[in-house]
Amino acid sequence: MESTVTSAPPATSPGTQANEPERLTFPRIECRDINVFYGDKQAIFDISLPIPDRSVTALIGPSGCGKSTFLRCLNRMNDTIESCRVEGQIIMDGENINDAAIDPVLLRSRVGMVFQKPNPFPKSIYDNISYGPRIHGLAASREDLDGMVEKSLRRAGLWEEVKDRLTAPANSLSGGQQQRLCIARAIAVQPEVILMDEPCSALDPVATARIEELIDELRKRYCIVIVTHSMQQAARVSQRTAFFHLGILVEMGETDQIFTNPRERRTEDYITGRFG
Amino acid sequence: MVQQLGHLPMGWLMLALLAMMASGAFFVGRVQAERFSAAGSGRFHSRPNYHGYYVAMWTVVPALVMAMAYGLLGDDIVRALLRRELPASFSAMPPIELSVYLDSISRAASQGGFSGSDRIFSAITNRFLELQGVIKTVTIGLTTLCAGSGFLLARRRVAPGFRARNKVEGGMEAFLFLCAAVAIATTVGIVASLLYESLRFFAQVPIWDFLLGTRWNAQTSAEFGALPLFFGTFMIALIAMLIAAPVGLFAAIYLSEYAGPRVRGSVKPILEVLAGIPTVVYGFFALLVVAPTIRTIAVWINMTLINAGVTSEPFLAAQPTSALAAGLVMGIMVIPFVSSLSDDVINAVPQTLRDAAYAMGATKSETVKHVVLPAALPGIIASLLLAVSRAIGETMIVVMAAGQRARISADPTADLTTITVQIVALLTGETEFDSPKTLSAFALGLVLFVITLIFNLIALRVVQKYREKYD
Ligand SMILES: Nc1ncnc2c1ncn2[C@@H]1O[C@H](COP(=O)(O)OP(=O)(O)OP(=O)(O)O)[C@@H](O)[C@H]1O
Ligand SMILES: [Mg+2]
Repeated sequence: MESTVTSAPPATSPGTQANEPERLTFPRIECRDINVFYGDKQAIFDISLPIPDRSVTALIGPSGCGKSTFLRCLNRMNDTIESCRVEGQIIMDGENINDAAIDPVLLRSRVGMVFQKPNPFPKSIYDNISYGPRIHGLAASREDLDGMVEKSLRRAGLWEEVKDRLTAPANSLSGGQQQRLCIARAIAVQPEVILMDEPCSALDPVATARIEELIDELRKRYCIVIVTHSMQQAARVSQRTAFFHLGILVEMGETDQIFTNPRERRTEDYITGRFG
Repeated sequence: MVQQLGHLPMGWLMLALLAMMASGAFFVGRVQAERFSAAGSGRFHSRPNYHGYYVAMWTVVPALVMAMAYGLLGDDIVRALLRRELPASFSAMPPIELSVYLDSISRAASQGGFSGSDRIFSAITNRFLELQGVIKTVTIGLTTLCAGSGFLLARRRVAPGFRARNKVEGGMEAFLFLCAAVAIATTVGIVASLLYESLRFFAQVPIWDFLLGTRWNAQTSAEFGALPLFFGTFMIALIAMLIAAPVGLFAAIYLSEYAGPRVRGSVKPILEVLAGIPTVVYGFFALLVVAPTIRTIAVWINMTLINAGVTSEPFLAAQPTSALAAGLVMGIMVIPFVSSLSDDVINAVPQTLRDAAYAMGATKSETVKHVVLPAALPGIIASLLLAVSRAIGETMIVVMAAGQRARISADPTADLTTITVQIVALLTGETEFDSPKTLSAFALGLVLFVITLIFNLIALRVVQKYREKYD
């Protein structure tokens, strides 16, 4: 899983990203002409977007512009919505994931997701993390499973806080801890891509900072796509940014470039807070 | 003149009067407030309407209390006055006869007076009407006085600074509280009478003999061991739940997790129709269709076993009414309770939990099994408990299809009897309610009440806990 990219480690700050476009010639996910409809209403219009591996791509834009809808295309969560129809190709590892032959259940084990509100299962901390490995049969033994739980919790930066109370109900954690638990739960399935839909919008600044640190850490192993309403957050954690407006992809590029020197007027208006 | 008044229908008169006074008072209050504000005398705290309501409230409520007092006590006062005036010969009468006599007087009076040959009766009736007229006059006078003074006092308070809205809200709250209090008082009254009559029963039959005795024969000999009734009740409730719990639960899961909106839209109403069928219809379905079928099957099993040489006697009781028949039909009856309550709690499981499971690559059935059901479990348990308490209290089906024989038998094709069946049997056709036989019905009622109360309380607690978790 981690053997594909062994060359230059990803840049750690937005300022040192000279090699970014070069990596984009081999994007992890390549979206081509995505159209999404809710019933008769079209929510996304002809979006084509390459998503690089081992970096964070931020999706920004005013409320209702289709960020969540687009994100949910990437793990076919839109399948769970009755009225939703997705057209276009999303190429991942040479396969079109919108193909009827692709099993969304398997796809979702490769593309994890973290939601806006922390949504731990009403089970213990341990069971929350071990649930994914269990249903996918990833662990051969109990010790194996214990190891996976610990590794996931460590990666999510939660291990030290919960190692003494793994059997406590997950709902007893604080909001920020719960969100990190959800990240750990997503990691435990050993995905290659992690989608995050406003993961910090229910959290206070301190918890947010922790999650952002964590995202920066996770970037070294995973392909991350994050939806956020906070310009600062997009600037802090992402390497690439895509600006959506009314279901259209207005502009995409290096986060640096988008925030300092946007090509489009609408982008500039949005990031300077003139609308949205 | 006063006697003529006695004929007037007091209730409608009063109501019409009060309604008129209320609307009058409302307009006076409102107009006055409007006039104040038009004159620009400061900012009003409350809108003119509230001043109107306030004046109307004070006009009507005291008057209404007077009128209600008349409705409750008027006749008694008239009677008491009349009794004092009766000739001496009447005071020798036994009190019961006297009151029967007075009853006939007031009946005659309500028909407009007596014109028969009994002159004493006729005279007393006329006097009754006269007194009634006086009391009515007094009541109308007092009511008007209350209304008038209430109106004047309230009107005087209409002023910019006066917080009429708060007063009206307060009055409204008091009224609503009264309504709630009526419901509570009724419940308390029923429970108290149940308790009182039961205590009278336990004064005659020791409580342990009642609760633990195994012989019940209240109709013919005085045997009050209610254990067979408890057994029958639980046996039938158990059979019912064996049907209703799985069917109801699976139906709920199907409806909330699998069915598309179209199926859901048509199946849910059908289930609700099932809940709306009168239990007596279930009862004769049980008696005429299910019980004979069960009997036929039981007889066939008996024959087969005997022919095969397994037993020499009939193995099953194969009665024309049976616990199984009543239990099966009761199970069908409570399916909608289980399914619609469970459906509600399953729907209350946040969508984000399902999303979380799907996003991890869980299949639909894994999501249902591992995430949705555990999260909804407390609510599902509560719905099952409510269904049990419903099954225990159910009367009509068991009266028709379970039988009358009190016995403890695990054979589902035998006839059993339940608490509710016996209460019905004990009280039908009775007019006197103080023999041990009829009092025992109250004791049974009390037991039933306590059992269902416990089930409901547990269910309620569980549901509350469950609510806390997702709020
Ligand atoms: N389940 C649904 N059924 C019908 N329409 C939907 C559904 N979900 C989203 N939409 C519509 O699709 C459009 C895009 O919604 P989406 O949730 O993707 O916006 P968003 O950019 O994530 O907004 P926000 O920032 O507020 O989360 C909106 O117009 C919305 O009304
Ligand atoms: Mg969204």
